[in-house]
Amino acid sequence: MKKIALSLFVLLTFVIYSLQQRHENAPLVIAPLPKTSSQASSSASSSSSQPTSSGSSSSQTTATYKDGSYTGSVADAFYGNIQVRVTVSGGKITDVAFLQYPNDRSNSIFINQQAMPLLKQEAIQAQTNHVDIISGATDTSMAFNQSLAAALTQAI
Amino acid sequence: MGMPISIEIVGSTASKDLFDLVYDYFTYVDNTYSTYKSDSEISRINRGLPRQQWSAEMKEVLAMCEKTKEETGGYFNIEHSGQLDPSGLVKGWAIQQAAELLYKRGVKDFYIEAGGDIQVRGHNAQSKPWQVGIRNPFRRQEVIKTIQIHTEGVATSGTYIRGQHIYNPHHPDSPITDIASLTVIGPNIYEADRFATAAYAMGKKGIVFIENLKGFEAYMVDNHKQATLTSGFERYLAT
Repeated sequence: MKKIALSLFVLLTFVIYSLQQRHENAPLVIAPLPKTSSQASSSASSSSSQPTSSGSSSSQTTATYKDGSYTGSVADAFYGNIQVRVTVSGGKITDVAFLQYPNDRSNSIFINQQAMPLLKQEAIQAQTNHVDIISGATDTSMAFNQSLAAALTQAI
Repeated sequence: MGMPISIEIVGSTASKDLFDLVYDYFTYVDNTYSTYKSDSEISRINRGLPRQQWSAEMKEVLAMCEKTKEETGGYFNIEHSGQLDPSGLVKGWAIQQAAELLYKRGVKDFYIEAGGDIQVRGHNAQSKPWQVGIRNPFRRQEVIKTIQIHTEGVATSGTYIRGQHIYNPHHPDSPITDIASLTVIGPNIYEADRFATAAYAMGKKGIVFIENLKGFEAYMVDNHKQATLTSGFERYLAT
């Protein structure tokens, strides 16, 4: 009985410890947090012109957060809007929710990915099989070179 | 524009007026959308033609350009130094429209190629899928990859202009770009072309953009003659 109690205690301590760790390491993204306690939720619709970057803001380390739910202003992340709602409980951030996230556009989906996908690479090699048609961009650049040459002769 | 156009219609039903239909259509497109023609509608717009006098089709095309700009995070952008040049979308769109003209007249097996962009339908003269070669951007007579397609569109971007940058005028054969060419295979040439244009402007990240775009594959060649493929590209390889 004692052994089980001891194991449970150790397990519980470990669980509490890891939960705590997780909270402390929770990535705080975007939106500046309110330092004052007055607003419970402020949802501004204006968007800032600068893309806000993820990561810490220096105000974190000294501010004391009041319990409540805080909604940040809509920020323009260039590929779309971002808006977060932060929940503070017991003086700590317990939840960060994205109310708006630029995942409706292919390019921002690429940005959202944690890692670049591994794509196959190869050295280019001449191929001799018969083809019906050729796709290439040279025509345009050739036309431009011609046009440029023609223009330059006028400039002489 | 003013680029070479080639058309192949398979079968004995191919008649001169079908070819004329397509060539005439491209002449119309060139006369309307070419910034190299001082009398085209786009040139007049660039000289200040008031919006009320723009054609309905022009407004549609410019709206498509705006939509493409939004879908590509601004990397597709037809405005350069205050002037509009929609050719990065018009080329594919026009080929698509021309293909529809033929298709509506019951032509089942054909391709239309304009400036290196291609729309195919059906089979080639050997009753096989159309065999399309990707040109080596460093050796223009050489093909470096062969793909086979039935209904897709293939667009290759590799122009001298990348976004706002123009190449060094002292070295016109050395454009300032991260990559030499980017070939995009899409459900049709309109889609392939507009995304190829945008993806090329993204440099090396363009291939990742296409990777994340459902229904599109790409083959990118960088300045070190190294190619990168999207993960589904190889299903188009000729056997």
